[in-house]
Amino acid sequence: MINKIVSSVTEALADVPDGATILIGGFGPAGMPAELIDALIAQGAKDLTIVNNNAGNGETGLAALLKARRVRKILCSFPRQVDSHIFDALYRAGEIELELVPQGNLAERIRAAGAGIGGFYTRTGYGTLLAEGKETRTIDGRGYVLEYPIRADYALIKAERGDRWGNLVYRKTARNFGPIMATAARCTVAQVNRIVELGELDPETIITPGVYVKRIVHVPHGEPAGRRAAA
Amino acid sequence: MERLNRDQMAARVARDIPEGACVNLGIGLPTLVANHLPKNREILLHSENGVLGMGPAPGAGEEDYDLINASKDPVTLLAGGAFFHHADSFGMMRGGHLDICVLGAFQVSVKGDLANWHTGAPDAIPAVGGAMDLAIGAKQVFVMMEHQTKSGQSKIVESCTYPLTGVACVNRIYTDLAVIDVTPQGLRVLEMVPGMTIAELNRVTGVPLLYERESDYA
Repeated sequence: MINKIVSSVTEALADVPDGATILIGGFGPAGMPAELIDALIAQGAKDLTIVNNNAGNGETGLAALLKARRVRKILCSFPRQVDSHIFDALYRAGEIELELVPQGNLAERIRAAGAGIGGFYTRTGYGTLLAEGKETRTIDGRGYVLEYPIRADYALIKAERGDRWGNLVYRKTARNFGPIMATAARCTVAQVNRIVELGELDPETIITPGVYVKRIVHVPHGEPAGRRAAA
Repeated sequence: MERLNRDQMAARVARDIPEGACVNLGIGLPTLVANHLPKNREILLHSENGVLGMGPAPGAGEEDYDLINASKDPVTLLAGGAFFHHADSFGMMRGGHLDICVLGAFQVSVKGDLANWHTGAPDAIPAVGGAMDLAIGAKQVFVMMEHQTKSGQSKIVESCTYPLTGVACVNRIYTDLAVIDVTPQGLRVLEMVPGMTIAELNRVTGVPLLYERESDYA
């Protein structure tokens, strides 16, 4: 019997080694797997490379992971925000490496990793600082930049419902990076608000088929999603 | 001569967004355009975090933090709206499926180069988000900005001194003084605010501008 359900966030992340590359889902608070991040902090792995759209907000979640000095490098599109003071201080002190990636390139590089694509040419960033030193090519008279996939050891994502095969559905804009990150890691761990029986998810609406998910853990929303982030 | 205020600028941009258009409004000043879209037109708003058919802000107490916009503020979904993941959302931009995006800017050059993500200051922490994807992806890129900096320098320049967001990507510039098209022949003035003269607009802009007959701007 296939059963990817693990009993706790602690068990789900027990084997994360130092130096791992980890994709973390979420766009701001929406889709941020807060409880998995808390478990990663407790687990203690360090020297991590983290991929997320942002670089942490306030004092919790990804910001807390940074504050605990577990992150060597972060790949993101939008680190600077009104409440990104933990990242800002580490960056200014030279204590974290930043690879700034245009958001669409971030998404497509993750997608490419999951789809077995070795690289792709994109117009995004052509002629800008963020393409300096990268291979370019003119295609149909327009300039393109070669970008490489972002593969990871783990992906930590949040979904609304899942089953023991790892099939997932998401909720509204909390979907964001979840479906592509799920495909791009050797071990994808999904926290879900509700675990359902096989067959309960309408197969026409499953967004992430179970093949992409290794572990699934039940984390019911204590409060409405985001209430915690908004506080 | 009276400069347009931020809401008047937003209303001016909104007038040019046609029925049926798929539109992405950048964060900051362009977000105001949503408040001025003509009610009699069906216009689909795209948000980079995976929404097409975004509706207005919810009422107090109705916020759902799983339904947010690019500024991470709660929004609503119109009937017919759809959710999708990030690679689809940016494929929608890059693939040329959005008709218009409206972006803020630090500078626009006479060739339509855009600088809007980074001042290049040594102590600045750069953040780019989706700006570079939007700049090259949408069928038409509208820039909405004050004509001059606070110290009175033109934001329309011969060549950008700030790091670029995209090369030759801007189609039209809306400022508090004028509406200007970027054309292969140069910058062409479509409109000026009442009371503005060609001599004065030339003076505050500082780069060559093309005009139709002077009487067209009365």
